[in-house]
Amino acid sequence: MWDISLESTPPLLKIPAFQTVSKKTTDKSAVTAPATAAPASPVVSGPNPAHAAPVNKALTRDERIELYRKLVRIRRFEERSLRAYQAKKIGGFLHLYIGQEAVAVGCCSLMGKDDHVITAYRDHGHAIAVGMDTKALMAELYGKLTGCSKGKGGSMHYFDPARNFWGGHGIVGGQVPLGAGLAYALKYKGIKGAAMAFMGDGAVNQGAVHEAYNLASLWDLPVIFVIENNGYSMGTSQARSSAGDLATRAAGYDMKWEVINGHDLYEVRAKMDPLLRRAREESKPAVVEIMTYRYRGHSVADPDKTYRSKSEIEDYQRTKDPINLFRAVLLAEGVLDDKLIEQIDTEARAEADFAADFAEASPFPTPEEIQKDVYWEADNPSQRTSGGRLFFN
Amino acid sequence: MPLITYREALRHAMSEELTRDENVVILGEEVGQFHGAYKVTEGLLEKFGPKRIVDTPISEAGFIGIGIGASMLGVRPVMELMFWSFYSVAFDQILNNAANIRYMSGGQINCPIVIRGPANGGTNVGATHSHTPENILAHHPGVKVVVPATPYDAKGLLKSAIRDNDPVFILENTILYGLEGEVPAEEYTIPLGVADVKRAGTDLTIVTYGRPVIQTLAAAQQLQQEHNISAEIVDLRTIRPLDIDTVLASVRKTHRVLIAEEQRPFCGVGAQLAYMIQNEAFDELDAPVQRIGTVDAPAIYSPPVEIEQLPNSQRILKAALATMDA
Repeated sequence: MWDISLESTPPLLKIPAFQTVSKKTTDKSAVTAPATAAPASPVVSGPNPAHAAPVNKALTRDERIELYRKLVRIRRFEERSLRAYQAKKIGGFLHLYIGQEAVAVGCCSLMGKDDHVITAYRDHGHAIAVGMDTKALMAELYGKLTGCSKGKGGSMHYFDPARNFWGGHGIVGGQVPLGAGLAYALKYKGIKGAAMAFMGDGAVNQGAVHEAYNLASLWDLPVIFVIENNGYSMGTSQARSSAGDLATRAAGYDMKWEVINGHDLYEVRAKMDPLLRRAREESKPAVVEIMTYRYRGHSVADPDKTYRSKSEIEDYQRTKDPINLFRAVLLAEGVLDDKLIEQIDTEARAEADFAADFAEASPFPTPEEIQKDVYWEADNPSQRTSGGRLFFN
Repeated sequence: MPLITYREALRHAMSEELTRDENVVILGEEVGQFHGAYKVTEGLLEKFGPKRIVDTPISEAGFIGIGIGASMLGVRPVMELMFWSFYSVAFDQILNNAANIRYMSGGQINCPIVIRGPANGGTNVGATHSHTPENILAHHPGVKVVVPATPYDAKGLLKSAIRDNDPVFILENTILYGLEGEVPAEEYTIPLGVADVKRAGTDLTIVTYGRPVIQTLAAAQQLQQEHNISAEIVDLRTIRPLDIDTVLASVRKTHRVLIAEEQRPFCGVGAQLAYMIQNEAFDELDAPVQRIGTVDAPAIYSPPVEIEQLPNSQRILKAALATMDA
């Protein structure tokens, strides 16, 4: 079974800025397993110019702390949800975001009030990044009425339109045209906002994605297509699934593209910010490929033993962990200290535990709930204009 | 009352709703400059301009997905499928996204879209262009499915569909586009989910919808004149929601039922109707419920043979007589 301790990054160490984080492991496979996919390259020492980008320089101390806190909160939430899954509190699939936190946090931290987000089924990180309540998120995993979708959506189908978060979608690539549609609505209504349509690297070969690319470019829609490239579409590496580069496919649709180091939160912000501004101001789409990595299997049902090596995972954990890296940056900036790091971690663990307790104590939907939220008309009977039966037995 | 075509009725409905609500936008292949593959949208681009009447590339999953996404933020897209047969390339958008998003979000998101276009055989275009997917669409809770047979119904139902907050799919018929009928000059809507008794009768109920309504009306006349059989014709107009009460009321009057549909028999709309009729009016039936529909094979091209594969007034007449003898 999963070794939770291995997952317990960030370790509470004081780490010098921009240096490799060493992390001991007792797992022998880490030594013996060959690296079959591209190993993590060591983090380059020295300042990343993206860190000094205006959008980062403008951050207050508190804002920096909050960015770090969000990274940690996502990781602790995911670890807690994994334990709940192992305790059989959660059904279905559970696709964990551990390792990819800086992508959602970095991108969503740039959202203005008229910016919108949609993503695929690995959606917990985005939900927390846009500010959803982890109690409602955990309760959704538990299938409880207090869940963000009343227990009707599950892990893959989180939604919070009040926070401009439009899911949470289960079919690979299927949400991408919807993301372009959000942008279409913004443009149609003359609102200066942008949509971010997230997808995994496995989505880029789906037809719906290419149709959305074409239409977004053809119609100048304010949408950023965000490919979170964690290297594997389920268990198939990028090399085995996608011909050519991913981001550069945008060129074929006459769209701007960018490749971003998704382990580095400041870089995500620095490179996304101009594209979002351009989308809002000039109504122009773009494609970004954000390089990231997931530490866990595709879902928790994935034994993760056949398609990549343990040492590859550990390389990433050791050298590119987004939380470790950002913590090191904030330590160097003097924003964080050991005490605050520990406090944030303790609070994040407590929040995740509290969410699980809340979920546990919440009621399941009643069977009467099954046929609610199907039709607007059925849920608003006083405003119903149609006749006839909506449901059948 | 002015006499206009089914095509014009649809166009008038869209024109009125475009005028009434600035969030209504028409999207589809060839709907603008080309004036519509079947000229349903003719003149709308000139009247409303390119922001409201949007030509799309041949990219059904893309533009329908965009319409669904836009509807979540309050745009009310009316999307034309040149043929409903092309729904298969947008199936995930239509039946995973549009149909499910309200449910999966726990009721937080509405999807007020309309998808409309023709869904019929009988034009010798072969199996790929002759699908009648009303049963497949209506199988998905969350969606509404409308199949109008007359100009009056087409206009009133489309206007209601555009105002509806749930996704509504309107399945038209290329053969009916030229059909003329009386349509009031003043504004009206027809609620979804209300069947219409197109002909009153006492001996036999024929439950039908879409083009077979027209064929059944012709068959009923012959039944009356040549066989002295009085057929009552119930036009469902909407498949989901389903006005089964009007059907059952007719069954209680006539005690015999024929279902006439442009559907293949297996898992079709008629199968559902037959189940509901026997379940809810078993004691009223003097004979088993009968069906006449499309002969169970992919749509054949050969023009004279396709006529026989589909329901037509003579096949309906024959089936009606068999129902009376059953």
